[in-house]
Amino acid sequence: MVDLSLDLGFLRFKNPVLAASGTFGYGLEFKPFYDLGLLGGFVVKGLYLKPRGGNRPPRLVETPSGLINSIGLQGIGVEAFCREVLPELAGLNTAVIVNVCGEEEDEYARVAEYLGRHQGLAALELNISCPNVREGGRCPAQNPEATYRTVKKVKQVTSLPLITKLSPNVTDITSVAQAAEEAGTEAISLINTLLAMAIDLETRKPRLGNIMGGLSGPAIKPIALRMVFQVARAVKVPVIGMGGIFTAEDALEFMMAGAAAVQVGTANFVDPDACLKIIRDLESWAEKHGINKISEITGSLQV
Amino acid sequence: MVIDRQARLVEVQSWNDYFLFTLESPEIATKAQPGQFLMIKVSEFTQPLLRRPISLHNAEGPRLQIFFQIAGEGTRLLSQKKFGERLNLLGPLGQGFTIRPEFRGKEVFCVGGGRGLAPLYFLARELLRTGARPVIFYGGRTAADLPLQERLEKSGFEVLVSTDDGSAGFPGFVTSLVEETLKKRRPEFLYACGPDPMMEKLAEICRGEKLAGEFSLEAIMGCGFGACWGCVKKIRRNGQEKYLKVCQDGPVFPHDEIIWQENDHG
Repeated sequence: MVDLSLDLGFLRFKNPVLAASGTFGYGLEFKPFYDLGLLGGFVVKGLYLKPRGGNRPPRLVETPSGLINSIGLQGIGVEAFCREVLPELAGLNTAVIVNVCGEEEDEYARVAEYLGRHQGLAALELNISCPNVREGGRCPAQNPEATYRTVKKVKQVTSLPLITKLSPNVTDITSVAQAAEEAGTEAISLINTLLAMAIDLETRKPRLGNIMGGLSGPAIKPIALRMVFQVARAVKVPVIGMGGIFTAEDALEFMMAGAAAVQVGTANFVDPDACLKIIRDLESWAEKHGINKISEITGSLQV
Repeated sequence: MVIDRQARLVEVQSWNDYFLFTLESPEIATKAQPGQFLMIKVSEFTQPLLRRPISLHNAEGPRLQIFFQIAGEGTRLLSQKKFGERLNLLGPLGQGFTIRPEFRGKEVFCVGGGRGLAPLYFLARELLRTGARPVIFYGGRTAADLPLQERLEKSGFEVLVSTDDGSAGFPGFVTSLVEETLKKRRPEFLYACGPDPMMEKLAEICRGEKLAGEFSLEAIMGCGFGACWGCVKKIRRNGQEKYLKVCQDGPVFPHDEIIWQENDHG
């Protein structure tokens, strides 16, 4: 029997597999497929204070082993979420995490404060890294100072643990990670999508209504893995790795590179029960390799 | 909504780049409603990455049928599946067509352009079963784009065909054929599925005739079950304009709710 659980200090997870924000709706969408209580946790789609319309379609384009999206964080807003969705997520026996968004630094704090007044949340994931909401993909995670300020502001208004989600669209991700750590984040998750585009040759138009979008899927896995490795070496807080994880083997690579837990994103679209299969396969891999506790794998890379 | 990883392909028919597959998938087949669709895995690898949305052409007993045209890499791979192979299906998905009791005894138009005919066979069968009188309009660029004409006629439906090049039936767009027919006959309702420009024109005709109807939209989809918000179209509902999900709120929408100019044709 393999012990899949992990204790990150601020939070215990029953296993290291979480469903990633933006690919798991508000969780409810996946209820028809399996018991969400089997997950380590899931991160619901990013929320602003108010409902948000999102970007002009088309919003999706497939590229080799990848998917570019420019959804633009369309969503119901934090009030409707707490009123209509959160009660439906009660009693699931898994870590429910909300992805927190903001147009400005203050909005992140206001969303976090609002969520902190409600029961049923295990942590907040600070989405300072969405490439789809500002021109040119700009976001606070592109700058250590803005990252520090945003994390600090949110820390001041909520006692919920914070996971700060980083952008790969930077020159030095370790300095941003360190800024988040210094500001008091309990954990770091990475990577968000890579700013990308695709062109229709016949029309000579961008394939996305928003011109650029964020690339996810197996195509970005090696880059994500490298960044997780770099960040895990640069900070002391736990790192949650993601980026193109489709199999248990992918998840294990991230853990060996230093991730305490992983998030599964785009795979949820292809196989709604992808997370479940990854959890099962992680367990059998550990069994086969005589590993009693899955957390032993974290950072076990031999260099 | 279930995942069937073992749907057996029991019959393959094809005409040039059009395909009609019969699949054994008891759980999905018994739940399926006209206008709903499947998300089908076309590759066991990561290329292409996503499932493909394919509308349900028919469901009878434990079997269902899909009718599709090769339109890209995904449908090309799907077309290469062989008799006896197992397919991985997710479905049935989406909100299908609504059939109202007051259609009983009345004429109802079903307008399909090219591969857009796909969901209308299932719909027309259901209309017939509930006592309505479906008339199928089937338009294509040429006679080769009307492979299901015989099947429809053999099933006892009234079928009016058109071709852009005049090689079969009414010469011209199917929308012109509908306009001509409307001068003589007044249906209770109009259903449509086809290329966006065809449906936009039909919406305009319906508006002029004060004719209610429902249109089935096509979209690139990430998941097919409402999780990604990637397939949205701009819809006017309850006085508000917003992006609704084709996969979950649709694919069928009342024609007067669809805001065409906001939605890229393509």
